[in-house]
Amino acid sequence: MKTKLMTMTAVTALVAGVAGAEEVRVYNWSDYIDESLLEKFEAETGLTLVYDVFDSNEVLETKMLAGGSGYDVVVPTGSFLQRQIAAGAFQKLDASKLPNKGNLWSVIEERTAQYDPANEYSINYMWGTTGIGVNVGKVQEILGEDAPIGSLDLIFNPANMEKLAECGVHFLDAPTEVIPAYIGEDPDSKDADVIEKAKPVLQAVRPYVAKFHSSEYINALANGEICVAFGWSGDVLQARDRAAEAENGVEIAYNAPSEGALMWFDQMAIPVDAPNPEGAHKFLNFIMDAENMAAASNYVYYANGNKASQEFLIEDVIGDTAIYPDEATLENLYTFSPYDPRLQRTVTRMWTEIKSGV
Amino acid sequence: MRRFTLIAVPYLWLLALFLVPFLIVLKISLSDYALSIPPYAPTLDFSAGWQGIKDLMSKLDFENYVFLTEDALYWKAYLSSLKIALISTVLTLLVGYPIAYGMARAAPEWRPTLLMLVILPFWTSFLIRVYAWMGILASEGVLYQFLSFLGIVDEPLKILSTNTAVYIGIVYTYLPFMILPIYAALEKMDDSLIEAAEDLGCSRMSAFWLITIPLSKSGIIAGCFLVFIPTIGEFVIPSLLGGSDTLMIGKVLWEEFFSNRDWPVASAVAIILLLILVIPIVLFQRNQQLQREAEG
Repeated sequence: MKTKLMTMTAVTALVAGVAGAEEVRVYNWSDYIDESLLEKFEAETGLTLVYDVFDSNEVLETKMLAGGSGYDVVVPTGSFLQRQIAAGAFQKLDASKLPNKGNLWSVIEERTAQYDPANEYSINYMWGTTGIGVNVGKVQEILGEDAPIGSLDLIFNPANMEKLAECGVHFLDAPTEVIPAYIGEDPDSKDADVIEKAKPVLQAVRPYVAKFHSSEYINALANGEICVAFGWSGDVLQARDRAAEAENGVEIAYNAPSEGALMWFDQMAIPVDAPNPEGAHKFLNFIMDAENMAAASNYVYYANGNKASQEFLIEDVIGDTAIYPDEATLENLYTFSPYDPRLQRTVTRMWTEIKSGV
Repeated sequence: MRRFTLIAVPYLWLLALFLVPFLIVLKISLSDYALSIPPYAPTLDFSAGWQGIKDLMSKLDFENYVFLTEDALYWKAYLSSLKIALISTVLTLLVGYPIAYGMARAAPEWRPTLLMLVILPFWTSFLIRVYAWMGILASEGVLYQFLSFLGIVDEPLKILSTNTAVYIGIVYTYLPFMILPIYAALEKMDDSLIEAAEDLGCSRMSAFWLITIPLSKSGIIAGCFLVFIPTIGEFVIPSLLGGSDTLMIGKVLWEEFFSNRDWPVASAVAIILLLILVIPIVLFQRNQQLQREAEG
């Protein structure tokens, strides 16, 4: 018995040691940072960084709501952040530990305040749009030179989709991103009857969608396995770069749909039970450094909410209207707020019905 | 005292690893969704002592189970899982039996090597092996390259993201669990029984049906259960290899838990799944017991 107790104490000490002050645990989206930044952070602060990734807000939210995730910094999207704040999952940021906060861009902060009033729980990491990635050559070969690659008509018109099915189409497996896209009325509607209108539209094109998945399309687009993806801006642009690097003759383009596109914000926040909030603040401050943030954006091809970083951005990023939209496109973007639990269930159910026909 | 300890150990094991988790899941399945940490209510308040437990009990109800009966999705998913599990089990048996038979018939000095070869895939992570199948079955993957090299196909394959891929994945993954018990049963078999049967006028084929199959029955049953039971709740294989229309209860469970964040309904789905599985497990136990009695 005594030995057992000693073993248990040793194990507890070990666990406590692992989660102690020397470590910062970050849980971020997959393919979402320049990994050399992680080494730089360790070198600058002397802290050990544990960096894990996820590819869906749902997985992150479940970890947050279960509590005791062990992470110090997590990166939910705005509408999810809002609900998690309401559930008491995050702690308020200590502005005195974030001297780089002045680098942030007020244009983005105004918009993120919709989810996190006064931005007291989170800082913006990246933002982007949800739109259409196409393999230009293949799509034009199938639909002709004037294929509507910048319009939702490409993916929601069964006549187009029937032809595109032969070269492969992927959709995000994220009902809160796909369903608002074709409601036709207010995309942020919380009226079940309005949301229901998306169902027949999606059901009509469902037979031509090879897969609903939220990260596989990056590689699938890049290696020519699929020719169309309804996905996130930066991910499609990463696919474009991977294809260019591989020199496989695949040319990828991204367009925010001309009918209007969802604009989303991924926010860095500190869980209420973070083992190392001190280190978490250091990480946030490190990320808000203008050059670091620019390095991340230059690598992942997403716009960030950091005004000071803009002078360090490469022309490929800051000059690309698919990443930093011009005024006209910006006006065409809409934001999305969370569903209540009952509506969430209706939407998930509808999504299952669309995907599996049951 | 010694005897008591001997009995207590397995029961403690069962209590800690089965009964306690089961009761926790059962309790959550009777709770309601809430926007909090954890995302359900009520929770047990230990500080309130006995009164806390009484308060908790009064707030539990079967609402979530009623909900499961109201939507066709759930029973369709259970049925579809049962179907996929049954077909996979039969396929695994058809593939596994000849392999086990071949191993048991092989020269004794070869058997340890063959056994090793069956177990060898376990040295690689299960997840990586399933991912490897994605590479093999992809529309222009390894299998396509090979078949088009042979001139058998000229169009990209449509296997990945279909139920066919799910069956391939399950049969591949669970094959060792079928082979090993059957091999164990066949290896024990006395060859002279076959000789006797043939001496008495049996053809080789009928000797196989009349002697070998019945004697390996225990191995077949054990193998089938080892494949069938985990396959019903399988999540990884259908989500990686299957299409969006592959309906299995493991995926439904995932959606309840992650998309709807409704732990109570997810728990109710899990409890029903457990009840469905208890039936074959009880049958299995019964069979094992009968067999022991027959042997003893």
